[in-house]
Amino acid sequence: MAHGPILSGVGLSKSFGPIEVLHAVDVDVRPGEVHALVGENGAGKSTLMKLLSGYHPASAGEVVLDGRPVKFADSNAAEAAGIVLIHQELNLVPDLTVEENVFLGREPHRFGFVDRPAARRATAELLATLRTEVPVTRRVRELSVSQAQMVEIAKAVSREVRVLCMDEPTDVLTGRETEVLFDLVRRLTADGVAILYVSHKLDEIMAIADRVTILRDGHKIGTFDVADLTPAEMARRMVGRELADMYPPKPAVPDDAPVALEIEGLDVPGFVHGASLRVRRGEVLGVAGLVGAGRTELFEGALGLRPAHGSVRKDGQPVRWRHPEDAKLDRVAYLTEDRKAKGLLLAKNLRENVTLQSLERFARPFVDQRAEQQALERSAREFDVRVARLDVEAAALSGGNQQKIVLAKLMLTEPDVVILDEPTRGIDVGTKRQIYFYVGELLAKGVAVVLISSELPEILGLAHRVVVMHDGVITGTLDGAGLDEETVMAYATGLRRDPIPATLESPRVHA
Amino acid sequence: MSTPETAAAPSWRARLRRVPWQQLTPLAGLVLLVVVGALMHPAFLTSTNLFNVLTRSAFIGIIAVGGTFVIIGGGIDLSVGSMAAFLSGAMILLMNGLHDGTLSPVGVVLVGVGLVLGSGLLAGAANGLAITRGRIEPFIVTLGTLGIFRSLVTYLADGGTISLDFALRGVYRPVFYGSFLGIPIPVWAFAVVAVLGAILLHRTRFGRYVRAIGSNQEVARYAAIRVARIRTLTYVIQGLCVAIAVVLYVPRLGSASASTGILWELEAIAAVIIGGTALKGGSGHIWGTVVGAIMLSLIGNVLNLTSAISEYLNGTVQGLIIIGAVFLQRGRQGR
Repeated sequence: MAHGPILSGVGLSKSFGPIEVLHAVDVDVRPGEVHALVGENGAGKSTLMKLLSGYHPASAGEVVLDGRPVKFADSNAAEAAGIVLIHQELNLVPDLTVEENVFLGREPHRFGFVDRPAARRATAELLATLRTEVPVTRRVRELSVSQAQMVEIAKAVSREVRVLCMDEPTDVLTGRETEVLFDLVRRLTADGVAILYVSHKLDEIMAIADRVTILRDGHKIGTFDVADLTPAEMARRMVGRELADMYPPKPAVPDDAPVALEIEGLDVPGFVHGASLRVRRGEVLGVAGLVGAGRTELFEGALGLRPAHGSVRKDGQPVRWRHPEDAKLDRVAYLTEDRKAKGLLLAKNLRENVTLQSLERFARPFVDQRAEQQALERSAREFDVRVARLDVEAAALSGGNQQKIVLAKLMLTEPDVVILDEPTRGIDVGTKRQIYFYVGELLAKGVAVVLISSELPEILGLAHRVVVMHDGVITGTLDGAGLDEETVMAYATGLRRDPIPATLESPRVHA
Repeated sequence: MSTPETAAAPSWRARLRRVPWQQLTPLAGLVLLVVVGALMHPAFLTSTNLFNVLTRSAFIGIIAVGGTFVIIGGGIDLSVGSMAAFLSGAMILLMNGLHDGTLSPVGVVLVGVGLVLGSGLLAGAANGLAITRGRIEPFIVTLGTLGIFRSLVTYLADGGTISLDFALRGVYRPVFYGSFLGIPIPVWAFAVVAVLGAILLHRTRFGRYVRAIGSNQEVARYAAIRVARIRTLTYVIQGLCVAIAVVLYVPRLGSASASTGILWELEAIAAVIIGGTALKGGSGHIWGTVVGAIMLSLIGNVLNLTSAISEYLNGTVQGLIIIGAVFLQRGRQGR
């Protein structure tokens, strides 16, 4: 493209307190291109994006718009100039309708009153171009996360956008929604809009981006044409070392390995119907399916986190877990997919977080803070939590380190069945690999692992067997060996399904 | 006991940095009040006057210790003033009824104390269960019981005053007016309740769970904590604290009426908030609540002693101090 850049950053640095997190980074965004920013967690991608879109002032360097240095007073000033950032944490008002959100702060007026018919029409047209079927009068609270994301995008597009910054936009989208988003991105770029795109998903970047800027520890490693790089090269430059195998070796499950957890005919009203599955010691059972298929609800139901009925057996014994504590006492642990809302006390320090689930081990009868501190230090070593100080609030950690703390919290209860729900969501490639290898270690100790994931490569890379769910029902139980993504997707989308839930050979016994 | 629990501190400089200066604002306010009081009136710093202040702060202080658990757990209890009035009235009627000669007066008082403590537990449990099992907002439930307890005491008193039998008053009097080792009994009671409360809140699993639940109930639930049970228990503790306050309060006047304990709930909440506990829950300290309760009582005392401001403006000064205290603590809680 012959045009000069719309927006660029020259020597941008950013410090928070005494710590500089971004070091003199140059980046430029040209009209009509998709420019990806990649790097491990904490590499400075989001910070760079926020400097360019007026959310933070730069500590040094300048932002250049159309060849002229600018200083945005705040994000509103940047938006007025056509630079719009879509947040990782969505920025919508839950109790307002879709239409009210899209036009929040710049409602069309007529005779001094808000012109709602006009706003509704405009919103409906916008959503139609996004091929999103959401009633404009629905409250955002009632939308799914992916629908809310589309509304957020509609809101951005509705303002004469010139540079659209997206931070992990597909994290909460299903495959079809991702395709819609990519279509939209292509149409926007065809109109000359520039897209700045942060993602951990390298395959997405290969598919959609023109150029990629790689960051590592706040330094720019380089800007490359995507066509000149393979995903492996990209990953290597991100982590600064050769990434060996992503997954640990998959040891065979011994034939005589006992069944650790067995679920039969479980109903979770409104979410799951008649689910049956089992997992043996030393085995990884993958649970695949699209967003909303009921995977999380199945296990939350089994563990007493939501109402459910059906039969559950632990080590062959029938159990009835009415409360998560019952499951904990039976040595079953569940890692939530929502670590910020359900996994961590963000305002509390790491010590209180890591021991929260196993506090009885530290109370004799008074809580022994020294023992807690030692447990935290042990966990930080074991899980390679990389922070300068351990006496900080959980909110101060990067996503990867937060996930390690949540995982450490679970493991302090010494479970022998571990259910991991999207354990690598929003986590950089290096940390992902660490988590995969940790799963390998668990297997060696005879722990049974259930891996719920929307990332098929990790399911295929780790699972011995895969249960696929579609619309609340288990459509297939597949052998992990030789399994491919197409087969899993066929079951996940409901195109294929096994005639009977073929997980169990034993006669059906109902509680 | 307030310093954040950290590993062995390497140097005094690091230690200094870790002192939670902002959490010390309530203490600074207390010191300031004492200095002002001492400068304004010579009688202020006498032990008689100071014990008087502490004794008067004991009712609100003990109730506020319970309130600290409720508020840190993310709840609120508006019913404590009415509950105190109801428990007082019921206790007096019960003791008068038992005083028919079969039991000695001391026995009657002991039975009365036992029953009022039990009733406090039950009243708190009723609040707690309605909130947790009934899934109703704490504000609504305790607003309801505020009205219920208040009307019950009015009904028991038939619109008038319930008075304790004179023979019993003589026996029961020392519980408020007596002293031990030169320190008034109510001050002892306040101190014991505060110390036990602090141990429970800061040193036990239960206390940690209360803070976790107030910080984020979902995280607590996913960490296999019995959220409903713990939250209910905070209201039970609150009920017990109210009952302890009643045990001390009844011998003071020997009567209860529809106007007993009016606005105590607001004073108790004020003491908790002045003490640095976040109204939204999750963090707070018993010692702060103790300081808050003493401060509220000191304000009235200083105004009484000096004629600079009319004592009728007591509420105004208290209100300003509450707002000021929260303003000073804002930096730590908000962003």
